[in-house]
Amino acid sequence: MGKHILVIEDEPNIIEAIRFILSRDGWRVDTHSNGEDAVEVVKRTLPDVLVLDVMLPNKSGYDILKELREAEDTRALPILMLTARGQTKDREMAERYGASQFMTKPFSNAEVLENLRQLVGADT
Amino acid sequence: MAKPALTGNRIRERRAVLGLKQADLARKVGVSPSYLNLIEHNKRRIGGKLLVDLARELEVDASALTEGAEAALLASLRDAAMGQTEAAPELPRIEEFAGRFPGWAGLIAWQHRHIAALERTVATLTDRLTHDPFLSESLHEVLSAVTAIRSTATILNDTKDIEPEWRERFHRNIHDDSLRLAESSQALVTYLDSSGDAETTLASPEEELESWMESRGYHLPELEAGETTAEALIAGAGELTSSHARTVAGYYLARYMQDARRMPMDALRDAVGEHGLDPAALAQGFGVDMAAVMRRLSVLPAGEGEERLGLVVCDSSGTLSFRKPPEGFPLPRFGAACPLWPLYQALSRPMAPIRSAIRTTGRNPRRFLAFAISQPAYQAGFDSPQVFEATMLLVPESRAPLPAGDPLPVGASCRICARRRCAARREPSILAEGS
Repeated sequence: MGKHILVIEDEPNIIEAIRFILSRDGWRVDTHSNGEDAVEVVKRTLPDVLVLDVMLPNKSGYDILKELREAEDTRALPILMLTARGQTKDREMAERYGASQFMTKPFSNAEVLENLRQLVGADT
Repeated sequence: MAKPALTGNRIRERRAVLGLKQADLARKVGVSPSYLNLIEHNKRRIGGKLLVDLARELEVDASALTEGAEAALLASLRDAAMGQTEAAPELPRIEEFAGRFPGWAGLIAWQHRHIAALERTVATLTDRLTHDPFLSESLHEVLSAVTAIRSTATILNDTKDIEPEWRERFHRNIHDDSLRLAESSQALVTYLDSSGDAETTLASPEEELESWMESRGYHLPELEAGETTAEALIAGAGELTSSHARTVAGYYLARYMQDARRMPMDALRDAVGEHGLDPAALAQGFGVDMAAVMRRLSVLPAGEGEERLGLVVCDSSGTLSFRKPPEGFPLPRFGAACPLWPLYQALSRPMAPIRSAIRTTGRNPRRFLAFAISQPAYQAGFDSPQVFEATMLLVPESRAPLPAGDPLPVGASCRICARRRCAARREPSILAEGS
């Protein structure tokens, strides 16, 4: 069975595209679109890697990231952050709170796959 | 661009009007014709008795020969030369230059003003890009739609064996996202279009109020004299377009009138004449709090040739709630100001008055004497949170002696401050150091 990935993103068509390319690449994909209960969902599903958007309804991706890094069972979870802003400040905040990787929208499908494979140590 | 008139030019022109020969005028004022020739070509500075004698013979007031455009032009040229490290202009020969090449001098002065205006626009737009929530949301919407379209289009283009139902679904998604992109782009363009000139782009009720007060010179004599009411003034203020801005203006004018009743303008002028711009002495004299004095001083009209005073007010969160920028110190439009401002030092030391000399960073640094104090915004009860409001008065160096020692270097906000080694820096600057 392929690696398990959880995508937390509130844009349904981005979710659908990511789900399609990752499924075809052999990943097992779960998705979630609300920030409020995102930490619980991550802790419950414990994926191999997490894709986390910065701007989510009800709770910021940075707050979620911070909580995950403070929890014992998700401290070392590989996390790829997505943002639509791409400012230096966003990158610095993502690094400060412990993101493993950072990608700026609009990204390409190839970039997504490459970064995720790197994060879980899979062959490219 | 109007051609400036310098003292020498004015003497020459006035002599020609009166039909006087250069040698005759020279003899009447007791100088040689060749020396007068140098004066008329702006190669010699004059003043004192010679200026008075020339003015008498030319039948004009001495000030008519020296003031006005010349002073403004020379001030602009000096301003342009300040902070200039690469070109090293010959400052001692500035008057000779302006006299010999008035057109070029005028061009330099105009370009200097134009560059300053462009820098203000860049600062305004940068500030807006960073802090305007509408712009941030709009850009997020556009970029999200573009990401979805790009990702989906790549799938359709690169996946040869895609199932018909997936193909149909992705076509539908691209269609939906392209509509969303069109709408969000249009909204963004409309927003930016309606903004117009960056200088007049008003994003908050406070900005509308500040724009209105700026247009009135921050002084409302007819209101103070009881010739009109706050309601009538607000109703006739075209700058106050939103109901929120009119509400904020109502609060502002209520406080303005309270300050005016406690410190009538004539009495304030007399007190300033006696004590100078010293908020502590004035507060004691009028029996009022220091923040009220700072507010009242900020609306005192500047005299002839005087630089105006600045005022900044912030709430407990540090958010700027009122700004009157002094000359040469542009203040950020939104909350993220320089943490080194005495305003914020005051916020951390409630009720303790702070006086500090400051120097602005960047091109053409200016020095100010800053007075700041933080006071309760309202009288809280035993069980309610105490909220403070900090007020800072900025007095240009030309209007108050600065205490000895180096002034504290401060910026407008980190994004547009070039000072690299700053312990208080919150975020990187878009400017190179020394720009």
